[in-house]
Amino acid sequence: MRSIELIVIGGSAGSLQVLLSLFPWIPAGFPVPLLLVLHRNSQFESALEDILASRTSLLVSEVEEKEVPQPGNVYLAPADYHVLIEHDGSFSLDNSEPVHFSRPSIDVSFKTAADFYGDRLVCMLLSGGNADGAEGLAYVKARGGITVVQDPVDAESPFMPRFALQITQPCHILTGARMGEFIRSLWPPRHA
Amino acid sequence: MQDLFLHYGYDFTEYSKTSLQRRVQRLFTLDKFPSFAEFRYRLKNDPHYFRRFVEEITVNVTEMLRDPGFYKTLRAKILPVLATYPFIRIWHAGCSTGEEVYSMAILLREAGLLHKSLLYGTDINPQVIERARSGIFPVSQMQKYSSNYLQSGGHMDFSSYYTANYDLAKFDTALAEKMIFSTHNLASDFSFNEFQLILCRNVLIYFERGLQTKVLNLLDSSLENFGFLALGNKESLRFSLIADRYRQFDGKEKIWRKVNEIH
Repeated sequence: MRSIELIVIGGSAGSLQVLLSLFPWIPAGFPVPLLLVLHRNSQFESALEDILASRTSLLVSEVEEKEVPQPGNVYLAPADYHVLIEHDGSFSLDNSEPVHFSRPSIDVSFKTAADFYGDRLVCMLLSGGNADGAEGLAYVKARGGITVVQDPVDAESPFMPRFALQITQPCHILTGARMGEFIRSLWPPRHA
Repeated sequence: MQDLFLHYGYDFTEYSKTSLQRRVQRLFTLDKFPSFAEFRYRLKNDPHYFRRFVEEITVNVTEMLRDPGFYKTLRAKILPVLATYPFIRIWHAGCSTGEEVYSMAILLREAGLLHKSLLYGTDINPQVIERARSGIFPVSQMQKYSSNYLQSGGHMDFSSYYTANYDLAKFDTALAEKMIFSTHNLASDFSFNEFQLILCRNVLIYFERGLQTKVLNLLDSSLENFGFLALGNKESLRFSLIADRYRQFDGKEKIWRKVNEIH
């Protein structure tokens, strides 16, 4: 079994509840960093970091530019910046044009992560109301990464997962409630 | 690509690679080149196209009074300090199309300081400097800018600063009288003056650590003692060698004050 080195979770409208239910499943000492790319309204100071931190013993922080992801830390894409994975695995921030009206864009993080991590990557796309993330997910899959889409029937805003399913066949389609268990199952890595 | 950059005198080697690559890829798709070889050929043989290339791969996304909270702090805490100087020099390093420089001119005018100020706007990119000089911005943005203006503590009618003509808004030429725009490459050019306030926002994020250090040293050597350095929301002096000489001026905004000079 390959080892997973980064988990990227993308979500928009309706994804917060899934995230909150997922964190209690992730044990302390979890060896893989998580990057959360959520569409947020940059006009409003968001308490997201605090809300998430209250649900997990993992360290939750906003991405700092050129920071190297550390195992077991949860990184949040800052409002109004795209998060890219650089050639040395560090995060870089970019405030170029929004993609799918979104900045941060899920596609941008999925794709640049896939370029660096290849098959050592898990990307998960949750509930949301626009087309962001679908193209990125297909790109991740083509490079051998593990892709997961929230079951549209289960999603509060089914558009984003449904759109993704139209252009790519993900490795797993899961309900929000199963996502935490899935992440937990990645650890410890099973040996083939 | 490397030889090309050097051929035209630009050096992008210390730019964040993934970010740069994404910009190049974007332009390649946008301009519908059939192959990378043709893209490269065009770049090598068509200096006009190369200019477009530089404009497109550098990020020129900007707006007036972006992050109103930042401008509110400028109004309330920085301008009163600058007001004590007989003459105010401000540098917008990486000013792109100049929205930030016009924003600053509006703040200075409202504080009654514009007459004794000089605003330098520089960018690597000649194209955007041309647009900055014109003082003409899309009218479609004005509603947003007006809202930013009010949030930044402005009390005037924002539309009094420009004349709208079809889809363009031309800003009051009196604002531009104190502006000097010029090309300047932070990666290779030198310090050209001393300032009391330098703004370099959302520029460093595109550079690798080594170039960030170099640029911060350049900004440091261009800043008077007790001068102010303003960076982007996600940029910091934290890991830099010049950090010792600076104190973060306002906890929330990314503004540092140079507190002593070590010779």
